[in-house]
Amino acid sequence: MSDLPLSPAQKPAGARSWIETLGLAHILLGLFLLIYPAMASDFFLTQIGGYSLVLGMISLSLMLLAGYGGMVSLAQITVAGAAGYVVAIFGVNNSGVHGFGWPWWVFVPLAIAIASLVSALIGWIAVRTEGIYTIMITLAVATACFYFTQQNYALFNGFPGYNGLRAPEVFGVYWRDPVPFYYLCLAMATLAYAAVLYGARSTFGLTLQAIRDNPRRMRAIGFNVTAHKVFAWWLAGLIAGAAGVLLVWFNGRISPGTIAVGPAINILVIAIIGGLRHPIGPFLGAVVVTLMQTFAIDIIGAERFNTLIGLVFLLIVFISPDGILGLWERFRPQAGREDWRTFRTATKQVGNKGRKT
Amino acid sequence: MATNVAASRLQGTGANALELDGVGRQFGALTALSGINMRIAPGERRAVLGSNGAGKTTLFNTITGDFHPTSGSIRFFGEDITTLAVHERIRRGLRRTYQISQLFTNLTVRESIYLAYRGVSRNRFSLLRPRVSDSAMAQAESISHAVHLDGERDKTVGTLSHGQQRQLEIALALAGAPRFILFDEPAAGLSPTERRDLIEILNALPKHIGYIIIEHDLDVALRVSEYVSMMHNGQLFTEGTPEEIENDPRVQEIYLGGGHG
Repeated sequence: MSDLPLSPAQKPAGARSWIETLGLAHILLGLFLLIYPAMASDFFLTQIGGYSLVLGMISLSLMLLAGYGGMVSLAQITVAGAAGYVVAIFGVNNSGVHGFGWPWWVFVPLAIAIASLVSALIGWIAVRTEGIYTIMITLAVATACFYFTQQNYALFNGFPGYNGLRAPEVFGVYWRDPVPFYYLCLAMATLAYAAVLYGARSTFGLTLQAIRDNPRRMRAIGFNVTAHKVFAWWLAGLIAGAAGVLLVWFNGRISPGTIAVGPAINILVIAIIGGLRHPIGPFLGAVVVTLMQTFAIDIIGAERFNTLIGLVFLLIVFISPDGILGLWERFRPQAGREDWRTFRTATKQVGNKGRKT
Repeated sequence: MATNVAASRLQGTGANALELDGVGRQFGALTALSGINMRIAPGERRAVLGSNGAGKTTLFNTITGDFHPTSGSIRFFGEDITTLAVHERIRRGLRRTYQISQLFTNLTVRESIYLAYRGVSRNRFSLLRPRVSDSAMAQAESISHAVHLDGERDKTVGTLSHGQQRQLEIALALAGAPRFILFDEPAAGLSPTERRDLIEILNALPKHIGYIIIEHDLDVALRVSEYVSMMHNGQLFTEGTPEEIENDPRVQEIYLGGGHG
């Protein structure tokens, strides 16, 4: 990661203006997102804007694990789904099963808390493995959860799942209306994005990146590597859980289909297309994938739209293994390219070293 | 349990820094170490010599807990650490460096040393950014000075020269009040000037910090140690002062005549 603290340019933090602290790109992006509802139709506001932000958040939880921690998970949609099921069970639903009708300010924190614990549990199982095996074991967990929810009627209401999940009305606003829902998603996504960006340079953020670079050395300077990895999963679970609540309000329902293998892979595709080097990557990827999923049908027909998505995925991965972020770095004609080269050589060295030892 | 640990630590105040009793390690049918007995007093500086494959690095890996011995016991300042996890041993004041540098290529020198200090202190899980006024940051300053890396504090580790990476290896072992350090060939691949630098760094360590150093370069090994243990085929076969070892004909035959390199 290039965003490391205390590099000479950033050192006198107190001397910088707020514009420098935030970064011009962030301010422009923020302004655009804030006035987006004035330009967009309800469809673009919710189906593209809101949905991209929700998917982006789930992918962000994957980026946190994969980008900083080197742990690629296919179970992030499962974590989001856990939060969704809590909302369905403890809130109100139309399916006539459970639906305890608790107030939103109880079941929303509960949903996020349970999702984060589910995430920590999955992590606790997965951190025993590395690389491709982490992907496999999280895929296995995701698949098992999918089949379990499909066959369990007592708790998850089986195949049909839960319908009629409504966002709450607070302050006289129905939060699933296009504009409020968009701003709600924007606020949550911004919060998660800022937290990850800040946290990347925190003590724990450095720890996680150091564990990714060299777990053996981290043990040899006194770190309990397993505990730190599980903690990263718990944090990722908070983000995925919050996104899961938004997801069921967006869909109005949750069923095993929400957490099936297809959606699970979708999250990974989003993260890869966007890029794993910076927390903005998952959101870029989410916008691209959402647009493609929405409009590929018009271009190529309902039969083949997944083929188009697949081709675009192949193309991006082929041109730039670091997704859209990598493309940006490659074609930006600036000093930033030097950092980029250093980063690439550095990662290559890590790879070579790994092979030698 | 906690009181037991405290009690054994108290007992340990007068004990040896490191005590190995019949330590052995097998990998399947291969015996990498057998019957190692070693007593090292607090503050003692010991060199371990031996040809390639003699079991020196395996000995280190067993002491730090990368894997547990298949027989025997290890005591650290009187406390039995034979079955403790690696990080538990480190938090008791044991440190090590690696033969092939094991560093965090994408972090800066300062951040690396900061983490090494944080690993043995509180707030390891802090989600706040370290402040410049943090005492750990101050430690990073003084340790980078001690290993002659003052000018490189804000450089990314991947961009350092080989010699500087070797110095950072040592810095990581010095962070956070070490009591005993295992140096695994710190001079590997260093130029003659860098070797002199290394000897200077080792000799300038505080007197209470003891260490074991594995080193092929006898010039370095004999100038930074008070006592020498020779290993051969996974066993300790002789011990003595640097002069005794240098003049021992068996040593010259096995070590200097054999697979030196």
